[in-house]
Amino acid sequence: MNRLSDAAVAHLRELVERPEGAPVRYEIVERIGEGGMGAVYLARDRDLGRDVALKVLRVPEPTGEERARILREARILAALEHPGIVPVHDVGTLPDGRVFYVMKHVRGERLDAYARGRRPRAELLRVFRQVCDAVAFAHDAGVIHRDLKPQNVMLGAFGEVLVLDWGVAKLRRPLPATSSDGAVATRMTGDAATLDADTAAGAVMGTPGYMPPEQLAGSASVVDERADVYGLGGILVFLLTGDHPSSTFPAGERWDVPAPLRAICERARAADIATRYRSASELASDVANYLDSLPVAAHRESIAERIRRVATRHRTALFLVLAYVVVRLALLVFARR
Amino acid sequence: MPSPTPAGGASPAGFPVTHLSLVRRVRSADAETRARAEDALAAVYWAPIYAHVRLSHRVELEDAEDLTQGFFVEALRRDLFGRYEPERARFRTYVRACVDAYVHNEAKAQRRLKRGGGAHVLSLDIAELEERLASDGHDDPDAVFHREWVRSVLVTAIARLRDRYEHLGRRTHLAIFERYDVMAGGEADRRPTYAELAASLGITATQVTNWLATTRRDFRAFVLDTLRDLSGNDEEFRAEARALLGVDPT
Repeated sequence: MNRLSDAAVAHLRELVERPEGAPVRYEIVERIGEGGMGAVYLARDRDLGRDVALKVLRVPEPTGEERARILREARILAALEHPGIVPVHDVGTLPDGRVFYVMKHVRGERLDAYARGRRPRAELLRVFRQVCDAVAFAHDAGVIHRDLKPQNVMLGAFGEVLVLDWGVAKLRRPLPATSSDGAVATRMTGDAATLDADTAAGAVMGTPGYMPPEQLAGSASVVDERADVYGLGGILVFLLTGDHPSSTFPAGERWDVPAPLRAICERARAADIATRYRSASELASDVANYLDSLPVAAHRESIAERIRRVATRHRTALFLVLAYVVVRLALLVFARR
Repeated sequence: MPSPTPAGGASPAGFPVTHLSLVRRVRSADAETRARAEDALAAVYWAPIYAHVRLSHRVELEDAEDLTQGFFVEALRRDLFGRYEPERARFRTYVRACVDAYVHNEAKAQRRLKRGGGAHVLSLDIAELEERLASDGHDDPDAVFHREWVRSVLVTAIARLRDRYEHLGRRTHLAIFERYDVMAGGEADRRPTYAELAASLGITATQVTNWLATTRRDFRAFVLDTLRDLSGNDEEFRAEARALLGVDPT
């Protein structure tokens, strides 16, 4: 007989997934997030007396593919020491064979929720530049994220911006070798190599709207840093319009977005790889130019736009000159009376 | 002392290394093995199938009961479970397709369903299931089938855990788990505290903590073992595990 209420079923399902048997050091508090590969739990680190986030695979996996991927994600996070990338503290295996890793618990808001709060455009663009900085750092380290979207960016309580979920990242070069002392480290080395081979074979991983055509086509060999530029372009469209990015920038005047910013979005999200910004830094630089009222590389401006831009950039000086002229004219008028 | 691990050889993780699933055992040449596997499959699937017949085919209560029982008689007679091919679809997708074909044929023939005839008699707790269907009435029939399937898997796992723990003499472990995680119905305010459990069972609160953790770990193993039983291969097992956890309920 099925004498289980819906609430009991929900509770038992959660029990099945819960990482019971995690090392005594970590006391599981509650589930705080989930994805296709694993669930994230808030846990208490008893040794250090602090909250941490523990990511664990949902089910034991006979083929080892996802196990390798979660270990690889932990290693990538460990290799990318940057204020914009969440630091990893520990990695291990539960008694049932599921792999977990422990990372910093980020208190804050996801970028998609943050952007819905009707923030000033300049503030959103500054956040966007921080995302670009973290991604550019990863590119320098040979890591391509491949799933950049607002849901994978977290804003901390003190304004820090963190790029999350590196589970489908592609490595352009091998990660630093791990110690062969621990069993987990030994397994990671082998598994990471296997996974690299799998991703090179061209499995389609990413999110529609943020995934460039070459990634969607499964052409893993041609996916490079510019795939992330495309994803960043999608994030920029979302920040400027509040909408999920489609293949082109929303047409018409519904969106009150200045032409230079539209041009930046379009270049970042160009279907042709060669037309896109070559790097996240180049994209960030063009956004910085816009914020500083400097010429934007993606946009050929008209004379009127140039005058407007120069006037905006030098508005204080212009105001002082105008004020001076007005005062001088006023004095002349009074002197003639 | 026997291990509390589910049947089969156990890996260090506590899961069977080699395990012939129910789905494969229904093809066994041995009649007794085949009959046991068919009974076990029927026990897991009767509620989801009843719900599916009621909601997808809009059949009245009595007819749904007849059709559900009739389907199992037919499945045994025609060896439908044994003819399943894991490469072509998930087992439960295959079962649903068989049910649909059976109901369609029955409606076409417009004849009364034959019941019994030496076949297995199923324990259908229709009233309880009907109560749930009444509250799920507006839901998608596929979602209701999925929900009933999840419930059946969990009930089966609890039954296996109970059998195993009774065999091991771990009645107190079982009592803690049932009172804390099963009978409280997932509602925190109905759940006894560890201290209350300890007092009523005559053990310490630390023992409650440790034994509950052990039992939950074994319960998890039994759930996954049940899923393995209901899957034709590793790939299907993983898909079913993800579906049970709500990741991919398709």
